[in-house]
Amino acid sequence: MSGFFAILRRELTLSLRSQGDVMTVIAFFAIAAALFAFGVGPELNVQSRIASGVVWTTALLAAMLSLERLFALDYEDGTLDQLVLSGVEPVAMVFAKTIAHWLTTGMALLIAAPVVAMALQLPAQAYGALMISLLLGTPTLSLLGAVGAALTLGAKRGGVLLSLLLLPLYIPILIFGAAAVEGAILGVASTTPYAVLGGLLIAALTLCPWTAASALRHALE
Amino acid sequence: MSGPVFNTAEFSGARLNCQRGGRMVLTNLSFRIASGEAMVLRGPNGSGKTTLLRLMAGLARASSGALTWNGDDISEDLSAHGARLGFAGHLDAVKSAQTVRENLFFWASLRGARASDVERAMATFGLSHLADITARVLSAGQRHRVALARVALSNAPLWLLDEPTNTLDDAALNALRNTLSAHLHRGGMIVMASHGDSLLPQARTLDVRQTQPASAAA
Amino acid sequence: MHKFANPTFFMKIANAVFPYAAGLSALCFAVGIPIALVFSPPDYQQSETVRIMYVHVPAAWMGSMVYGVMAVSSAVYLIWRHTIAHIIARASAPIGAMFTGLCLVTGMLWGQPMWGTFWVWDARLTSMLILFFLYLGYIALGDSFEDQERGDKAAALLALVGSVNLPIIHFSVEWWNTLHQPAIRSFAGFSINAAMLWPLLLMVFAFQTYYVAVLIIRLRSELLSAKIRTARFNLAAAE
Repeated sequence: MSGFFAILRRELTLSLRSQGDVMTVIAFFAIAAALFAFGVGPELNVQSRIASGVVWTTALLAAMLSLERLFALDYEDGTLDQLVLSGVEPVAMVFAKTIAHWLTTGMALLIAAPVVAMALQLPAQAYGALMISLLLGTPTLSLLGAVGAALTLGAKRGGVLLSLLLLPLYIPILIFGAAAVEGAILGVASTTPYAVLGGLLIAALTLCPWTAASALRHALE
Repeated sequence: MSGPVFNTAEFSGARLNCQRGGRMVLTNLSFRIASGEAMVLRGPNGSGKTTLLRLMAGLARASSGALTWNGDDISEDLSAHGARLGFAGHLDAVKSAQTVRENLFFWASLRGARASDVERAMATFGLSHLADITARVLSAGQRHRVALARVALSNAPLWLLDEPTNTLDDAALNALRNTLSAHLHRGGMIVMASHGDSLLPQARTLDVRQTQPASAAA
Repeated sequence: MHKFANPTFFMKIANAVFPYAAGLSALCFAVGIPIALVFSPPDYQQSETVRIMYVHVPAAWMGSMVYGVMAVSSAVYLIWRHTIAHIIARASAPIGAMFTGLCLVTGMLWGQPMWGTFWVWDARLTSMLILFFLYLGYIALGDSFEDQERGDKAAALLALVGSVNLPIIHFSVEWWNTLHQPAIRSFAGFSINAAMLWPLLLMVFAFQTYYVAVLIIRLRSELLSAKIRTARFNLAAAE
């Protein structure tokens, strides 16, 4: 357990020292959402209609940005070798790194989301649903992302490949995340999206770290 | 570095074969090393010295053959095997955004080593005056010394070193020589890939290219 | 079972199976296509358009089935390290992708007269589209590494990850579809009568035997290229 916290602390220190990382994610989130606004035009009711989908889609894309480097930097400088040999269970190591990724991107998106949503005229009654759905959904994005990052470690054309692998797997989260917000806008209280997002999170928590750890072992071989 | 004496142990490999990218790099290779012994791997470039070190560390997997620690196959518990070895490969695994002390302290905390061990390892490799400098400004040789200091503080009986003398100046070479013989005196084991020097006069030599790949791949 | 893991033994069986698979496939297509496209009765609602179903439905089934074959052989490869299992998975991927692509194209052709547009976000069609992306990802990942074995293992793991996710994706898309477009009629509305059923089954069988025959051809060439690779390395090493 102490190894887990040591890795988590170091990951957070490293990404906070290069503040650029967190800022880039938020900036990407904001600019991508703005592109949608430019795409559909300045009419407020049109923006308000698509706000839930746009916030979720852009958040999802932003969460994918830094995934490529989740293991790649450690792979290139030999840290991954040392971590695997340090006696810390690889699953705990993957878990620590994934949590660090979520804390530095998922949390950042969570903080930025209300602002972006406001700019897109998201109706007031939907903010609660937006925050809850992001809170339940973004950790799953990071967990699935860890699997994708481990699988593409050392691959030619890594970044594009990672998107191709991950985006189809992200579709369920997008569907239920956006549906939760949409439901709140329409005032139909439905627990289904939350239940599914929660279920997906639990499934991802139990399966993804093991899968990613196994993929990492293969990557080092 | 001084420390408690290690338990007597034996590390051996039997009939190892390893294929990399469809090519046999190691064929039918066997070795045996016991507490207090050192072994130097020799062979031309591409002969599989690095591959053998990664096999010994459990990072790579042999196509056939077995590696055993006191008779137990290492693949049964790779994490436990990792914990009993210190590894210094071609890559130094030093994070530029952290100071030298922070870098070493992180690895020390994973290994259960104390802060005093970190200070001693830094002193050994002449890093004490660089302790609070971010690693970004270190030279290749200095980073390599950090990597060696990490091995020294690992408190692990088995050291696997890939060309450890590269980029080292005379002072660092001396420090390394002293550290290695102290490790052997404690009952540690050392396997290192090297091309020719007298760092460990007492070491046995293992020629990695024992058999011709062409005959074995048929 | 592990006896089949020996590539030589496996290919011996595969080569023995090949003429039957290829012959049956040719026969079924020769009989099935004229029946499906000319002699079978038109649908009372969809009239002649229904004939697309004889290609569309088998293609959809095969698209899903081949992914299943890939997932199972990938699991066998990762657990028992039988290379032949992975070669089956890798050789299957482009065939499965082709079936899925065929399903999408015929679905669009069917959609134009029936829905008045080439693409509708129908639940099944959307699921097939995502399956198609999963195939593309699998193929791309396998080809992305200098070290062949690394690509093999990554792709095998991905096939398993995909097979766990496919039901979730399918469920999500279905749910999403009923939420947003309850008015759209889906492919589920086929009323199959006996006169349509047996040509359909004949076509399914033709597709299945076609898959087996093409798979064996691809296995042969995969094994041959592996031999060539080894021979090249030996030449380089012997120098």
